[in-house]
Amino acid sequence: MDLSAINPVLLIASLMVAATPLLLAAIGELVVEKSGVLNLGVEGMMIVGAIAGFAFSVETGSPLLGVIGAAICGALLSLLFAFLTQFALANQVASGLALTLFGLGLSALMGQSYVGVRPPAMPRLDLPVLSDLPVVGPILFSHDPILYFGIALTAVVWAVLKFSRIGLILRAVGENHDAAHALGYHVVRVRILAIMFGGACAGLGGAYISLIRVPQWTEGMTAGIGWIALALVVFASWKPWRVLLGAYLFGGINVLQLNLQAAGVAIPVEYLAMSPYLITILVLVIMSADKSGAPASLGRIFHASQ
Amino acid sequence: MKLTKLLTSAAVALGLATTAMAEDKTKVGFVFVGPVGDGGWTYEHNKGRLAVEEKYGDKVETVFVESVPEGPDAERVMTQMALDGADLIFTTSFGYMDPTINVAKKFPKVKFEHATGYKQADNVSVYSARFYEGRAVQGHIAGSMTKSNVIGYIGSYPIPEVIRGINSAYIHAKKVNPDVQFKIVWAYTWFDPAKEADAAKVLIEQGADVILQHTDSTAPQAAAQAAGNVITFGQASDMSEYGPLPRVSSIIDDWAPYYIARVGAVMDGTWTSTSTWDGIGAGMVGIGEISDAVPADIKEQALALKASLASGEYHAFTGPVNKQDGSAWLADGETADDGTLAGMNFYVEGIEGDVPN
Repeated sequence: MDLSAINPVLLIASLMVAATPLLLAAIGELVVEKSGVLNLGVEGMMIVGAIAGFAFSVETGSPLLGVIGAAICGALLSLLFAFLTQFALANQVASGLALTLFGLGLSALMGQSYVGVRPPAMPRLDLPVLSDLPVVGPILFSHDPILYFGIALTAVVWAVLKFSRIGLILRAVGENHDAAHALGYHVVRVRILAIMFGGACAGLGGAYISLIRVPQWTEGMTAGIGWIALALVVFASWKPWRVLLGAYLFGGINVLQLNLQAAGVAIPVEYLAMSPYLITILVLVIMSADKSGAPASLGRIFHASQ
Repeated sequence: MKLTKLLTSAAVALGLATTAMAEDKTKVGFVFVGPVGDGGWTYEHNKGRLAVEEKYGDKVETVFVESVPEGPDAERVMTQMALDGADLIFTTSFGYMDPTINVAKKFPKVKFEHATGYKQADNVSVYSARFYEGRAVQGHIAGSMTKSNVIGYIGSYPIPEVIRGINSAYIHAKKVNPDVQFKIVWAYTWFDPAKEADAAKVLIEQGADVILQHTDSTAPQAAAQAAGNVITFGQASDMSEYGPLPRVSSIIDDWAPYYIARVGAVMDGTWTSTSTWDGIGAGMVGIGEISDAVPADIKEQALALKASLASGEYHAFTGPVNKQDGSAWLADGETADDGTLAGMNFYVEGIEGDVPN
């Protein structure tokens, strides 16, 4: 056992990287669910974002364009879900599952010629003085821009949901779509926009994996992170800051347990391996004791004639 | 009403037609643990499947299901394949062992082939490759080339196949570099690129300058490439797209000849339940080209080691070797028997840490 082999600064820096895809996807899904729609297609939108972002950045040579492309493709794919559930009034659970399956297949097809290709590197923040500071520099000031965007997005989503008129409308639509409709709000329009926002975020999260965290394209490379994001939204009681906490806990403990394993800590590896799931659920369940429930219209189909 | 009727009869006709066609075709099913595009383990099995199609053309029909979780879901997939008329089913991951045996009991006429396991039945063959021979060559190169003397090892699950690989790599790294240390991380997955990359990064952060992996994707290669000054080895597939650095060599699984032979045996009715375990000599395990990043003398030694493993003149587990607790395992000159190797659940002397249960 050699704990000195673990560098806490590098550990914190890499846990932030590990948490970001989960955070992005979960924040997007949170907004979708707040509007009363349950989209189980997060995994599918993420994987399409992963390949779209990869392809865009390889073809254009610009990682930033890749990321934007990923968000657009994620949003486009989510439109399919929006069409099925908002116009065709299809079952949301089934449509979401279909979206995941479709996304996995589509991404495998799109990615055929991108296996083994190296993407252009995303530039990291490099502020003179600040990035060179010991401890604080590597943790706070030398990441890629998307990571900061993820944190900023959490703050924005929180503020918009809590303080703005748009947030109020979104929540009204999610809590009681009939009442919102009676008040003259366009339930379907609000929901479609929320679904697209969720799709863009999921696409972004996927691109973060294929462009920054790994960086490469491999079929099925999101390997279930979309599902964890879905679970995270529930355990975080639909609250943005708790989503951030959960994502950092999950990503953090994952990186920490790998570090502990490599350092040879005398905790049985099987406990270490399950610890990210256990601890994240435990912490969030304890925190959600304050009875904050799901949006009341979550998963219910709305039609103006009803 | 009329349309429905028409459609139904069309469907029935189509069904009859396909059954009639299927009668003289041998149907072969493959169950894969990852996607066929993983660039590693499943990719090579799929290449074997394609080789079967190419060899037998119209006489064979292959089907596959990818990303099948190990456990009960695998049973469902195999059952469905058997119900759909498969004559032979290859199940290509260790964790399919019990599901394969269970499903095989229900379909005594269907032949099953399970990779890397040890449970045989009248209609279940087992087959595997002696990857540990390739690990010996990797260990030799790794031990010779490490500057930090720390070698990182990404394990999937603590099963005999993986533990054999760790031991073999360690023995041969230690032989050329007595100061070498192995840091082992268990990912508890065969395929999760993000997690595999995280594991590689952690090992590199903790001082490893060589990464050996026993997981299926190329993610650790990409992570090592991003980190720089780290060497890696392709696992299961050549992964040559990451050469000449970080990937300096690889273990390549070549399943095609075996799959062709077994499908042929089903076709001519000579299939029997067998246990196959071939290595470098038989061509089931290949060593990918050793890149120019490896100094010429080390490359020569590695190739000599490969040749002696292939000819059978040298066994990767040759005594004296002690177990981790210091007790004697192999006496001087003694070689390990297949039974011990197949069920290997202990580290050899010098490796730190415990084998997880």
